[in-house]
Amino acid sequence: MNVIAMSDVEKSFGELDVLKSVSLTVEEGEVVSIIGPSGSGKSTLLRCLNKLETVSSGTVMVNGQDLKDKHHNINKIRQEIGMVFQHFHLFPHLTVRNNITLAMEKVKDVNKKEANEKAMDLLKKVGLEDKVNAYPSELSGGQKQRIAIARALAMAPKILLFDEPTSALDPETIGEVLDVIKVLADEGMTMVVVTHEMGFAKEVSDRVVFMDEGSIVEVNNPTLLFKNPQNERTKQFLSKVL
Amino acid sequence: MTWDAVKVILIDNLPFLWDGIKLTIFVTFVTLFFGFILGLVLAWLRSFRFKPIKWMALSIINLVRGIPVLIQLFFIYFGLNSFSFIKMEPLTAGMIGITVNAAVYFAEIIRSGIESIDKGQTEAARTLGLSKIKAMRYIILPQAFRRMIPAFMNQVTITLKDTSLLYTIGIAELAQQGFIIVGRTFASFEVWTIIGLVYFVMVYSLTQISNLMERKLKLR
Repeated sequence: MNVIAMSDVEKSFGELDVLKSVSLTVEEGEVVSIIGPSGSGKSTLLRCLNKLETVSSGTVMVNGQDLKDKHHNINKIRQEIGMVFQHFHLFPHLTVRNNITLAMEKVKDVNKKEANEKAMDLLKKVGLEDKVNAYPSELSGGQKQRIAIARALAMAPKILLFDEPTSALDPETIGEVLDVIKVLADEGMTMVVVTHEMGFAKEVSDRVVFMDEGSIVEVNNPTLLFKNPQNERTKQFLSKVL
Repeated sequence: MTWDAVKVILIDNLPFLWDGIKLTIFVTFVTLFFGFILGLVLAWLRSFRFKPIKWMALSIINLVRGIPVLIQLFFIYFGLNSFSFIKMEPLTAGMIGITVNAAVYFAEIIRSGIESIDKGQTEAARTLGLSKIKAMRYIILPQAFRRMIPAFMNQVTITLKDTSLLYTIGIAELAQQGFIIVGRTFASFEVWTIIGLVYFVMVYSLTQISNLMERKLKLR
C-alpha cells in the first residue's frame, strides 16, 4: 500500500522552478533515500510531504489524504508524519523530557505520567535516558539529533521524514545518529531520508532517488543505482561523491 | 543645601511626598497594565495579512511615536475636552495618554521579540501537529518573552518617568507635589534633589529587578 503518492508535483518560488513534474510513491515500511547535488530540490520535495511547502500544482497524497483538500485538518495529518531537521530545532527553553512530552500532552491530551513514561522509553531507545533533565544547549550535535528523533517518535507517526539529519554534525557523531535511524528501518518504519551519506543510503534504503535540477532523474534499488547508474547525470554525480 | 530644609521637607511635608509617590506608582501600574494589553493587540493587528488592518495598526504606532508625549497629553486633555460632549477628568485623560504611548512601544517590542525566534522553531512545532496558536503559546512566546525582558523593562522605566509630565494637566503625582512643597518651603534645590532621588530609586530598583529576571529566565 502506498502511504505517500506524489504525482506531477510542481513547485516554484516566484520565477524559480524548484520541483518539475515530480512523481514518487512510497510504500508502507519502505525506506527511500533522496540524493543529489545541493539545490536539486530534495529538501523542498520532503517539505511538500507535510505541507511545510504547498505545491504549485499536482497532488500529494499522504496516508490516503490529499494535502490539497481544505477539509482535512493539517494538524491531524502532521501527527502521522514526523520530521527530523538538519539543524534539530529542539525547543531550547524546555528540558529534554518536555521537548518529547509537549506535543503528546498539548496535542494528543496524553496525561503527564503516561507522557513521561513514553519519553523515558524513547530516550532508552536512542540511548540518552541520562539526559532526561538536560537542556538542549547541554547536548552535543549527535545527542540533539537523537533527541529530535525521539521527539518525532513520541507522536507515534506512521512516516518519518529526515531532512539531511547528519549534515550539521561532527563526523564523529554521525554514526550514533545513523545507528538510531537504522534501528527504525529494521523495525519497519516508513521513512524518506534526504541525505549526503552515500554509504548509509546504500545500506539502509530499499530504493534510492537521484534528483537534479528539480526533477527525479533516476530511481532504483541501492545496489543497482550505485553500481550501475543508467543516467549520465547520475554517473557524473556518483563519480564525484563516492 | 541646608539640612534643616531637608528635615522640613522629609518630616513636615512627608504626607505630600508620600501622596505623590503613591499616585505616581498607581498611574505607572495602571498605564503599564493596559498599555501591555493594548500593545499585544496592536502587535497582533500589525501582523495581519489583511492590509487595511495592518496599515491601521502601523499608522497608530507611527503617529503616537512621532508626537511628543506632552503634546499628546495637551491634545487629549485640553483639545478633546473642548468638545462639549466630552468631559474627562485630568487623571483619566492623563492615563489614556501614557497608556497609548506605552502600548505602541510595547507593540514594537513584542513584534521584534517574536520575529527574533528562528523560523525552524515554528516548523518543528507545527510538524508535531501543534496548531498555529499552540505553537505560538507553548514554543514561540515563552522564548520571545525572555528575549523581550531588557527592552520591556526599559519601557517600564520610561513610562514611570513619563508620568511626571502629568503635572502639566494638574495631576497631583510626585512632580506636582514637588511644586507644592516648594511653595510651602521655598527650598527649591533641596526639594528637587529629593524628588529626583525618589525617581532614581524607583527606576534603579526596576532595573535591578530586570537584571534579576534576565538571569533567572536566561535561555539555556
